This record gives sequence, structure tokens and C-alpha cells, in this order.
Amino acid sequence: MIRNLLASALFAGVAAGLVASLLQFWLVIPLLLEGELYESGVRVHFAASLDAPVQSPAGPAAGLSQDPARHLLTTAFSAIAYVAFALIMVAAMAFAERAGHRLSARRGIVWGLAGFAVMQLAPAAGLPPELPGTIAAEVSLRQAWWLFTALSTASGLALIAFGNGLLPGALGIMALALPHVSGAPHLDTYYGVAPPELAALFATRSLAAAAASWALLGFLAAWFMQRARPAG
Amino acid sequence: MTTTTFSGTRSETGLAGIAAVALAGFALLAAAGFAQATVIHDSAHDTRHSIAFPCH
Repeated sequence: MIRNLLASALFAGVAAGLVASLLQFWLVIPLLLEGELYESGVRVHFAASLDAPVQSPAGPAAGLSQDPARHLLTTAFSAIAYVAFALIMVAAMAFAERAGHRLSARRGIVWGLAGFAVMQLAPAAGLPPELPGTIAAEVSLRQAWWLFTALSTASGLALIAFGNGLLPGALGIMALALPHVSGAPHLDTYYGVAPPELAALFATRSLAAAAASWALLGFLAAWFMQRARPAG
Repeated sequence: MTTTTFSGTRSETGLAGIAAVALAGFALLAAAGFAQATVIHDSAHDTRHSIAFPCH
């Protein structure tokens, strides 16, 4: 029933979104705030000057307590984003069940990791998660490539997971590779103002936080879907 | 002889329902992750960066 799908997505999405927020406030947002210091010029990374290059010391920004309204909004939007992920995933789960593929909470974890690959990992292979202040290609171009990559990756994984025989597997691999063969939009110059260490840690940590949150999302979504099913 | 009825199909959602749920997800994702209207962009800014979406 559609109500089961909606309720499962809502519960799983809000729970995973809140856990994602916790992970982000612990691991990701402090780096983001530090990156903003370089974006705004409060700190500089080897800026050119007349005598010696200027370098600010490393260290966290003023802290999370500075702007509670901003961080509350971030928490709310994390929940919204994960509810959106959950709605799409439970729809795909229900479709797979109709096609005869059994679902369980354990399998839900694999579903969640596949969702992570679709929404974060594959797009990040072309467009790395950006610290604030990163200068990059036109946002609409990046969004278009992102969408193309997500759709192509989802199709590829579905062909590999549910297809029978060599042909679907080969097509699946092609679908996974296609966005990266065509390539993400990039500028022809590097403009980064933040230290590469900071940008790299931001990218890896945001992916790690998303992977953990997606695994939980898949588990919870499948668990709620199974639980909502009337006993036969 | 006992017959067991598999009732799994009874609770299955129809294709139209599945499509509606997926559409709701895409719409929500477009708002939270993609919309460039200033208010939405600014509110969702940190989330978009944190979940590796193209932001601005």
C-alpha cells in the first residue's frame, strides 16, 4: 500500500537524516566553517605578498554555538534530503519486490549503500564535495552532470543487481562508466583558496558520513516496509 | 492437505502508487538539493555541501 511506502520513507528518512546531522556536526560542519574563513579572507593560505608568503595557522573556526538558527536549518534540510532519498529508495524497493526480489532489513543495508553510490560516490568521482569558496564550473552544468551521473549509476547498479546473464551485466558496467567517460564540467584553471588538506578531509569525511547515513537509511526503510506488511 | 496462501501480493503497491512515491521523492530532492532560489539555497547551503551536492 502506498501509505506503507510513505510512512516507511518518512520514518526512515527523518531518523537517518538526524543521524546524518549528528555525523555532519561532528565531522563535516566544523571543516565547512573553517573553509569559510578562507572563502571570506579572514584566513589565508600562502597568499602572495611582497616579502614572505602569508599563512594562517590551522585550527577550527569559532565553533558551532555561534549561529544556532543556521545549524537548525541544516538539521531540518538534512532530514528533508534523507526523506527525499528514502522516498525514491522505497519506490525502487517496492518495484523490485513486485518483480519477485525479496526484501529484508539486512538487504536494506545493501540498498542503502547502493543509494550512497548513486547519490554521492559516483557524482563525487567527477565533482568532489566542495568546501565553501570553491570556484567551479557553472552550477547548472554541474547539476546536469550530477543528475545524469546519478541516473546512469542507478540504472547500471540495477542492471547488475537484477539482470540475468552477461548482457545486462555488461550494459550495467557501461552505464556506470558512461558519465565518467563523458566527464564532469571543470574549469581550465585551479582557483582554490583553502588548504588542500582541509578540502581533502572535507571531501572524504562528507562521503564517509553519507555512507554511514545511507546504510542506516536502507536498513530502516526496509525494516519499516517489512514491519508494515500485514501478517499473512 | 493444507494450503498456505501467500498474501504478500495483497499488500503490494501498484505501479502508479510506486511512481507517485518516487515522484514525491524527486520533487523533494529538487527543492532540498537543487533549487537555486536564494532563500532555499541559503537555508540548505550547509546541507548541500555536507551531502556532496553541487551548491553554487
